[in-house]
Amino acid sequence: MERLKIATVWFGGCSGCHMSFLDLDEFLLDLAARVDVVYSPVVDCKDYPEGVAVCLIEGAICNEDHLALLHRIRARTRVLIAFGDCAVTANVPALRNHLGSGNAAAVLQCAYLDHAQDRPRLPAEAGIVPVLLDRVRPVHEVVYVEHFLPGCPPPADRIKALLTQLLHGLTPHLEGPPLTFG
Amino acid sequence: MAAKTLTIDGKQLSAEEGATVLQAAAEAGVKIPTLCHLEGLHDIGACRLCLVEVAGGPKLLPACTTLITEGMEVTTASERLKNYRRLTLELLFAERNHVCAVCVANGHCELQTLAGQQGLDHVRYDYCFPPWEVDATHRLFGMDHDRCILCQRCVRVCWDIEGAGTKHVSGRGGKAKIISDLDDDWGDSETCTACGKCVQACPTGALYHRGSTVGEMVRDRSKLEFLVNAREKKLWSV
Ligand code: SF4
Ligand code: SF4
Ligand code: SF4
Ligand code: FES
Repeated sequence: MERLKIATVWFGGCSGCHMSFLDLDEFLLDLAARVDVVYSPVVDCKDYPEGVAVCLIEGAICNEDHLALLHRIRARTRVLIAFGDCAVTANVPALRNHLGSGNAAAVLQCAYLDHAQDRPRLPAEAGIVPVLLDRVRPVHEVVYVEHFLPGCPPPADRIKALLTQLLHGLTPHLEGPPLTFG
Repeated sequence: MAAKTLTIDGKQLSAEEGATVLQAAAEAGVKIPTLCHLEGLHDIGACRLCLVEVAGGPKLLPACTTLITEGMEVTTASERLKNYRRLTLELLFAERNHVCAVCVANGHCELQTLAGQQGLDHVRYDYCFPPWEVDATHRLFGMDHDRCILCQRCVRVCWDIEGAGTKHVSGRGGKAKIISDLDDDWGDSETCTACGKCVQACPTGALYHRGSTVGEMVRDRSKLEFLVNAREKKLWSV
């Protein structure tokens, strides 16, 4: 059987969804036998490759790097899964959105100037520190997303169920207690 | 009182005249999703979650405020209704700021639970991120407008059960807001008896006991039910 390429990506989130993914325990071994993880925070690969079957996306879209990579991921991936509440609803990273326009400047001011103990300075290194977007967005507000796994984080058994069905070429159908936000 | 016969989702049943479709359905074991309805309070049909179809009319009617009639044929779970319910829930999430992961009601919230039950795994509308504030002026309770769904349970319980008349709705549409007295700080309210009934009645994380942190705001609705029952059955004289 052809080995499927799968990827995971970490945008504006706490990495908790990836931790939940690691909670798959021995299923990770089954997975390793069947797929190649070609791009992920746990894989040393700089560029997102072509021809990826499934990508799990953790985190909200907060800055210009996220935005550019997300578009590349969409162009190179068959099935996107918004993985966890930050990806699905923008969640905690979007708390700054209700400060209205100028919220990015306001949070930078608060974190890097008002509360800095020494050398207050705004992070600004062109090409290194990505610029914050003026509004944090859930993934599906930016690109088309095939499946959603809400939860903060989504429980490991649901990640397993979804991946298993996708790997068998089935249309995902999750069973069990309803998945809620939070 | 006379009984009426009707069908709900094809089930034949009879119920007392004067019963609502919601009551008749509950008796027949048909569960209709609700948010603004709370046992013991008069119904106002605010949330539109309990909408049902009644044969012979194109309009969708709220089950909680529609009285049964003889021969009525009610449908509670068609595709059209499921779509409406999903839409209603999505708008509730999009119109205010709901961040379940850090909400006092996480895990004990009727909106969150209902969204899960209705299979809402994402919101198709852009979130509005409105700039609402928290009223933390009351010594015992807090009100976070970010989480309010304007179900008015707090208003009804404050007027009908406590009789204090502190809570009101002001404004319309996106500006509608629950206020205390004449839009005063809750802590300055001269009418609030600090009974806490509104906090017990609230389905979401909008009203909470001060000092509650994430997921701690568990409510005890049996307290409200007890009060209503005691009053209706005249267990004490007020
Ligand atoms: S009120 Fe309910 S739905 Fe809203 S953030 Fe809190 S737990 Fe989530
Ligand atoms: S605490 Fe009691 S009196 Fe005060 S607003 Fe709530 S229900 Fe009304
Ligand atoms: S504060 Fe709570 S009970 Fe009152 S209208 Fe808002 S959601 Fe309903
Ligand atoms: S429960 Fe009937 S309209 Fe809210």
